[in-house]
Amino acid sequence: MAATLDVNGKTISVKADPETPLLWVLRDELGLTGTKFGCGLAQCGACTVHVNGDPVRSCVTPIAALAGAKITTIESLGGAHPLQQAWVKHDVPQCGYCQSGQIMSAAALLAQNKAPSDEDIDNAMSGNICRCGTYQRIRAAIKDAAGMAAAPVAATPVVTKPVALNDIDDDIAAASGSTGRGAGQ
Amino acid sequence: MNAPFNKLAPQDGVSRRELMVVGAALVGGALVVGCSPADLMSAGSKVEVGAFGPFIRFDPDGAVTVLSKHIEFGQGNHAGLAAIVAEELDADWNRVKVVHAPANAKLYGNTGMGVQLTGGSSAISNSWDQLRKAGAGARAMFVQAAATQWNVPASEITVKDSVVSHGSGKSAGFGQLIADAAKVAPPESPSLKDPKTFTLIGTDRVRRKDSQAKSDGTARYTQDVQLPNMLVAVVAHAPRFGGVVKSFNGDDAKKVAGVVDVYQIPTGIAVVADSTYAARMGREALKVEWDLGKAETRDSATIAGQWRDIAAGKGPSDLKWEAFDSKGDAAAAAGGKDAFETTYDFPYLAHATMEPMNCVAQVDGNKVKLTHGSQGQTLDQMAAAKIVGTLPGSVEIETLFAGGSFGRRANFQSDYVAECVHIAKKVGGNRPVKLIWTREDDMRAGYFRPIVHHAVRVTLDKDGYPATWRHRIVTQSIMKGSPMPAKGPDQTAIEGTAGSPYLKATPIVDAQLALPEAGVPVLWWRSVGATHTAFVMEHTIDQLAGKAGKDPVDYRRALYAKAGANRHLAALNLAVEKAGPAPAAGWTRGVAVHESFGSVVAQVAEVKLVDGQPRVGRVVTAIDCGVAVSPDQVAAQMEGGTCYGLSAALYGEVTLTGGAVDQSNFDTYRVLRINEAPTVETHIVPSGAAPSGVGEPGTPVIGPAVANALLAISKTPTTRLPFVRSQA
Repeated sequence: MAATLDVNGKTISVKADPETPLLWVLRDELGLTGTKFGCGLAQCGACTVHVNGDPVRSCVTPIAALAGAKITTIESLGGAHPLQQAWVKHDVPQCGYCQSGQIMSAAALLAQNKAPSDEDIDNAMSGNICRCGTYQRIRAAIKDAAGMAAAPVAATPVVTKPVALNDIDDDIAAASGSTGRGAGQ
Repeated sequence: MNAPFNKLAPQDGVSRRELMVVGAALVGGALVVGCSPADLMSAGSKVEVGAFGPFIRFDPDGAVTVLSKHIEFGQGNHAGLAAIVAEELDADWNRVKVVHAPANAKLYGNTGMGVQLTGGSSAISNSWDQLRKAGAGARAMFVQAAATQWNVPASEITVKDSVVSHGSGKSAGFGQLIADAAKVAPPESPSLKDPKTFTLIGTDRVRRKDSQAKSDGTARYTQDVQLPNMLVAVVAHAPRFGGVVKSFNGDDAKKVAGVVDVYQIPTGIAVVADSTYAARMGREALKVEWDLGKAETRDSATIAGQWRDIAAGKGPSDLKWEAFDSKGDAAAAAGGKDAFETTYDFPYLAHATMEPMNCVAQVDGNKVKLTHGSQGQTLDQMAAAKIVGTLPGSVEIETLFAGGSFGRRANFQSDYVAECVHIAKKVGGNRPVKLIWTREDDMRAGYFRPIVHHAVRVTLDKDGYPATWRHRIVTQSIMKGSPMPAKGPDQTAIEGTAGSPYLKATPIVDAQLALPEAGVPVLWWRSVGATHTAFVMEHTIDQLAGKAGKDPVDYRRALYAKAGANRHLAALNLAVEKAGPAPAAGWTRGVAVHESFGSVVAQVAEVKLVDGQPRVGRVVTAIDCGVAVSPDQVAAQMEGGTCYGLSAALYGEVTLTGGAVDQSNFDTYRVLRINEAPTVETHIVPSGAAPSGVGEPGTPVIGPAVANALLAISKTPTTRLPFVRSQA
């Protein structure tokens, strides 16, 4: 039994069983692998897509429930969406695995709220887990994309230029004198 | 993963012969005289090296590709590694990209470990000399090629942004000179830059190269691999560690549409199908009877209780105690009046990476190709080679990005990789098999940070500083049974207590380790021993300062002075200075300082209680990591490491009931979310020393900093983690 889905503006006929979660149809059948599998239980948000503009966890949404719905995935943002530009500017990703879902949640937020407060961001984004802990930069990037001033605390470090680079070998020896150095030393 | 691999390094007193034995053990073969472990483990490799060496390739247009022997799974190491090459090469940073190197222990082995493996926060430190020389060597080849072409002295030639120039007005891009440069003999010891002249390293221009791909969904992870004719596999595992299949019936599973076959493999029953959903439905239809006769059946609470009994001297008489950092009269450490005494308990922790464990394997006879986020390529090669009966070096690996690891993807058993190879071997014919673990599979597979118990007894001198320090650590050994067994006490269990400046500053120390066994697979977890030792040492120090009636920051300063711990002192002072005089109203500060992986991190955390639970706001961090190759990525690791450590300190706990893991997904294994995340400010201590670790040192400090703030708020010490216990 074939189902018909509207994915990223295209009408697509898929073979999967109607009970199959949208996530696996996107990934296995349509090759749209930007949407990630993280938990299968709507706990982590890595699989977030938009259904009629609302953020939805595709890992628990059977395709049977999506007849006539407009499904949008990370691939539809095109790579230069203001959020994606902000993500790159702030070097938000670390491992990167959760970031498609983060960006889709953030895109849904900004579509409905042009100037989200910290509390708005908490409410919209707390369903998306990032185990690398990029939350601070996610917040800064959302605000940047929304055209607001970044958070008062800089995401970029306060760097004091190294002062004594002239004789590295001696400095290694001196620095390692009182404490055990780590791997590779 | 700091200490264990240092043990493999000759400079740590391990002889060449011992290295050879380890190498032979790793390969599973006999001792081969006259060849190194790297030789042994790269035999059979077909990896080729280009004219500019194993780490650098040039496109015809002069664009530079750096081959990274280290996997990128969040640490930002690819940015730093590329910058080291680009700096010495004087390449245009915008035209430098990074790819994962192929698997070959000889070409791409971690110089501190002898095997190709990313770990111990060593990617940058381990590659610093190697990649500087690689970049400088390639630069010299271009300079020589230009000098010959233009008939001018090489010494008069300059290179900037991938353009080679001479004062006469002649200039050429790398692309124009590649053919000639490739013919120049690479210099044996190219001259390196005076670090004072660095123009890229240490600047904010060193940014990630993968942010775009990781923001538009195109970055490729194991989960995303799609190959022609590929099958997807899931495995039914025993419900307890140590359980094995007694019998199974796969008839109903095979009736599920899309299921191709069902196989018994050493770790359980595998269902292979043409889609992920079909494989999972097939597994639900499986009937398996398990033999749990040799399985671990204790509750985690029972195991923790046994560890406490052992520390209290009520353990089995044949359990061995090993001393470390001990000095002076042990009897004195047990005596003395008015001692401070406490204990600490730490639970099992799951790594819980965003991308659950997975692997893609193809087996054709004794040929194997793996496509996955390989953290320990040599270990994965050895595991695969053993299964199909071939040389480890002949196992081809395409390393992909991985969705986090935190230690999980590097283990001596290569557990899920071996599982995938077993299935691909059953399938045969070089047909690709993608093994997928669900979140539940991943959470219940073990390789946890072990349960740890510490017992501490300290007496103070007349000035309030430690006079005697008695310390007992009881935990399960991570290194025991591995091909790299610990020589002396298992450093992964004691690092951080061992080497502590506080023990250095104490005249009499009696510190000992006991390693009882449990049938639960355990593993390093981001910052390894420091996950518990940093908490114990730093929270104890605040309690001792309280007992002595001294300010915790001043108390540390005095102890660092006694121990000669100048880097600790500098980091502490910088964090305290940048934190400013006082927190905002309603917030209370806690301080902690810890050295791991060669770096010292100090944090001032601002904490308040919300509905009885700790909320962490601002965290001022100072790190001494030697030269900060990429200051922005150092900051990113402090931010992320702090969240990872805080997540565990607040909520992290895996429990066992009757040996079965109680947690299964993020609903039962709570992790930090954005509404609970602190704001981390990072300050880098100026240093001319070679780079040291960054990926792990930011993790262990936040837990004790928060505990110290809570101590200031409530006067109640924290003696077990997590702070917030599950209500279940």
